[in-house]
Amino acid sequence: MKAGWLPRVTTLLVLVFFYLPILILVLGSFNTSRTIGVRGDFTLQWYVRLVRDRNVMEALSTSLQIGAVVTLLSTVLGTVAALALHRFRTRMQRIHYGLVYAPVVVPDVLMGISLLLFFASVGFRLGRASIVLAHVTFCLSYVALVVLARLQEFDETLMEAAYDLGATRTQAVVRVLLPLLGPGILAGALLAFTISLDDFVITFFVAGPGATTLPISVYSMIRYGRPPVIYALSTVLIALTFVSVWMVQRATQRRTPA
Amino acid sequence: MDGRRGGAGHGMRRREWTMSAPSLGWLVVFFAIPTTYILVLSFRPANPLGGVGEGWSLESWRRVFQPEYYAIYARTAWISGAATAICLLLGTPVAYTMARAPARTRAWLLTLVVVPFWTNFLVRIFAWKVLLHPDGLIRHLFGALRLIGPEVSLLNRPEAVLLVLVYTYLPFAILPIYAAADSFDFGLLEAARDLGASRFSAIVRVFLPGIRRGLGVAALLVLIPALGSYLIPDLVGGTRSVMVGNKITQRAFTDRNWPEAAALASLLTVAVFVPLLAVLRRPGSEAGR
Repeated sequence: MKAGWLPRVTTLLVLVFFYLPILILVLGSFNTSRTIGVRGDFTLQWYVRLVRDRNVMEALSTSLQIGAVVTLLSTVLGTVAALALHRFRTRMQRIHYGLVYAPVVVPDVLMGISLLLFFASVGFRLGRASIVLAHVTFCLSYVALVVLARLQEFDETLMEAAYDLGATRTQAVVRVLLPLLGPGILAGALLAFTISLDDFVITFFVAGPGATTLPISVYSMIRYGRPPVIYALSTVLIALTFVSVWMVQRATQRRTPA
Repeated sequence: MDGRRGGAGHGMRRREWTMSAPSLGWLVVFFAIPTTYILVLSFRPANPLGGVGEGWSLESWRRVFQPEYYAIYARTAWISGAATAICLLLGTPVAYTMARAPARTRAWLLTLVVVPFWTNFLVRIFAWKVLLHPDGLIRHLFGALRLIGPEVSLLNRPEAVLLVLVYTYLPFAILPIYAAADSFDFGLLEAARDLGASRFSAIVRVFLPGIRRGLGVAALLVLIPALGSYLIPDLVGGTRSVMVGNKITQRAFTDRNWPEAAALASLLTVAVFVPLLAVLRRPGSEAGR
């Protein structure tokens, strides 16, 4: 039985639906007209303005710094969590797995409000530190799940072989397990970095008045005007998405050689 | 499954603790405790100056069951439910096409579905704000085709929220359905056809039951974040599309009535967990682990 025409047409329409808005933004970013749909000439002026926009650049730098710390912390915590989850099958690990999984499922608003009220109640000052703590909480889950998926493909006999050949546990982990797990950990780290850089809702709750990340700055641009500059910024972010999707796919697709 | 499970000695037990403690501790402090704490806060009185007062009170719970909230609950439910239904309706044929496509096409389709999934959330919403804007492309197009009058606004209405929700969460729906369709044996469809089933009934009675676990997960991945929407109604919905998430934010930031924000958040938590448990607990489901 051949696939009918209806699913294929739907697929095509869905792809148009996915990419039309993105395309419009990208086109708008190179156009002199302030409103999209009105024809204008080619220009790079919005990009020039974007680069000269001190608020955006400062927000970007804040986001990158937060993202770097979050990636480091959540990659270590997430990888160790995945190793524990893979290695042991006890009741404690069932609870552990539930806790790792929950932040992925719970809506952002709920996590944001509960962290805000928690920080406020214990008297923790809102700012970059509270953003980092919040981001690590959900990023470590994504890292753990990606690394765990990779571990499930891992051939345990390789570790046994290393032990038989006289390797200590540390040697076996450092020289056998980690190199094979490397692409998985890298994919997890990239994921954590992207999610941290992207998050608006939870950050908005726990940022306090002092810290402005890139998404928070984009949000106020959307709310309070300056459209063409946002087109340029959006295009940059979309381009970054393409690059990181490509990198994650490369990292995860280089599976054990066939 | 490495044959080392169970029968753990002391050293084994200690190693398990050392390996689990960092993430377990972190998640208990920054996830489990704050989430539980919300429920506790909802039983405290509000401080008129903002924040939390002394003692205990049921005031917040009484207030969230006032009729003025019902319209918001109903709207949250219908918008999320409709978004879920539309995503399943559109996601299933896409997943089907992907699963039946030759390997190369399939890899391309997968990438094309994943890219919008990774595109910044704000950028995706903003793109629709531009498209639906009174000067935007769709407005011009519809106006030129005389589909809508000049006074009709496409933005600031619940339908705009629904549209952007579908746009945002459709990739989340496609991926698990595709994963299920990928392991479906399409020979069964041929068999059903040979036995005289029409193409439609073969799909409905053989294919859909075969991928039901994927459909369940897809429904959850749309429904749960949709119930908790805050940003989409905030940016494209206007005052007529306020959802529970917006009320939580308003109570927390504008009114600084934290106990009421906490009570609303607790209600939302229940609303999220009911469908979650319903799907995960269904017999024959292996979701989870």
